Amino acid sequence: MAQRQTALADRAAEDVGKPDSAVVRDALGVGVAVGLSGFAFGVTSAGGGLGLLQTCALSLLVFTGASQFALVGALAAGGNPFTAAAGAFFLGVRNAFYGLRLSQLLALPRAVRPFAAQWVIDETTAVTVAQPDRRSARLGFTVTGLSLYVLWNLTTLLGALGARALGDTDAWGLDAAGPAVFLALLAPMLTTFTERAVAVLAVVLGLGLLPVLPAGAPVLVAALAAPLALFVQGLRARSARRPDAPEEDR
Amino acid sequence: MNTWLAIGVTALGCYAVKLAGLLVPASAVERPLVKKLAALLPVALLAALTAQQTFADGHALVLDARAAGVAAAAVALLLRAPFLVVVAVAVVVTAGVRALTG
Repeated sequence: MAQRQTALADRAAEDVGKPDSAVVRDALGVGVAVGLSGFAFGVTSAGGGLGLLQTCALSLLVFTGASQFALVGALAAGGNPFTAAAGAFFLGVRNAFYGLRLSQLLALPRAVRPFAAQWVIDETTAVTVAQPDRRSARLGFTVTGLSLYVLWNLTTLLGALGARALGDTDAWGLDAAGPAVFLALLAPMLTTFTERAVAVLAVVLGLGLLPVLPAGAPVLVAALAAPLALFVQGLRARSARRPDAPEEDR
Repeated sequence: MNTWLAIGVTALGCYAVKLAGLLVPASAVERPLVKKLAALLPVALLAALTAQQTFADGHALVLDARAAGVAAAAVALLLRAPFLVVVAVAVVVTAGVRALTG
């Protein structure tokens, strides 16, 4: 009963602005869930032949999951260090676009930006853009960033230490954690027709180009789905806006 | 040594692009078109990443237990399951399908 009242109070408060407790709850949900999946990275990295120190350095310094997985995969497959790093870097380029969006939403002081930068990743962006105002956005970004960074590094260490004990890690299904995390982050962003069209086009590009382009490049090309959709949207809006059409149609 | 080189280059590169996005002046991103683009780019990137991590094995496209796990995660999402449950469902179903078919 008490729980039900709290839920009702939450809903009423949402009408005037999101309560801090709701922001923290959402942010911790993402931070803890994704933070725990650092275990899968630690296991994969150690299984791929990287040392304990190297595995932990990746989580501490690179801190962008897809790039870390890509680098470890390329090194394990015997790729040369620069090709491996280039693939990981290309995957990391998307964080620049996230930063672009976050700098509008967070409006951080210039002196804080170099410190906040390390936390600019898929998950913090997803939580931040979901917030209704700047105060919630800053709180969501900070709580997600802090909880995810701490847990991701802790579980990376545990995963690297426990890799040998687990044996065949694929048997545990840990390789499905990454795409499930991305899917859960993506789902709330798909509300309009344009957003859905962008997602479908990006999937087609990302999968279609996979066999022909070097690792990391198909995802970057798939990003072109966004400007392409905006271009088509612009064309349709222009053709719909006839000179004799009433202005309120817009 | 080569591994450390790759780690160093990746760490520097990834940090640089994160910082670059944050340092672009606000006036440059206030145009409506740029705002729309910045909102749609994560959608495109996340969709492509999800698909690749589900269906890719190196440069080949494959349909394996991961697809079943991610499909189960999608169902969990539609049922409004919490984040951790969605991820757990994907892992458990993937492991289960592998145990049954492998």
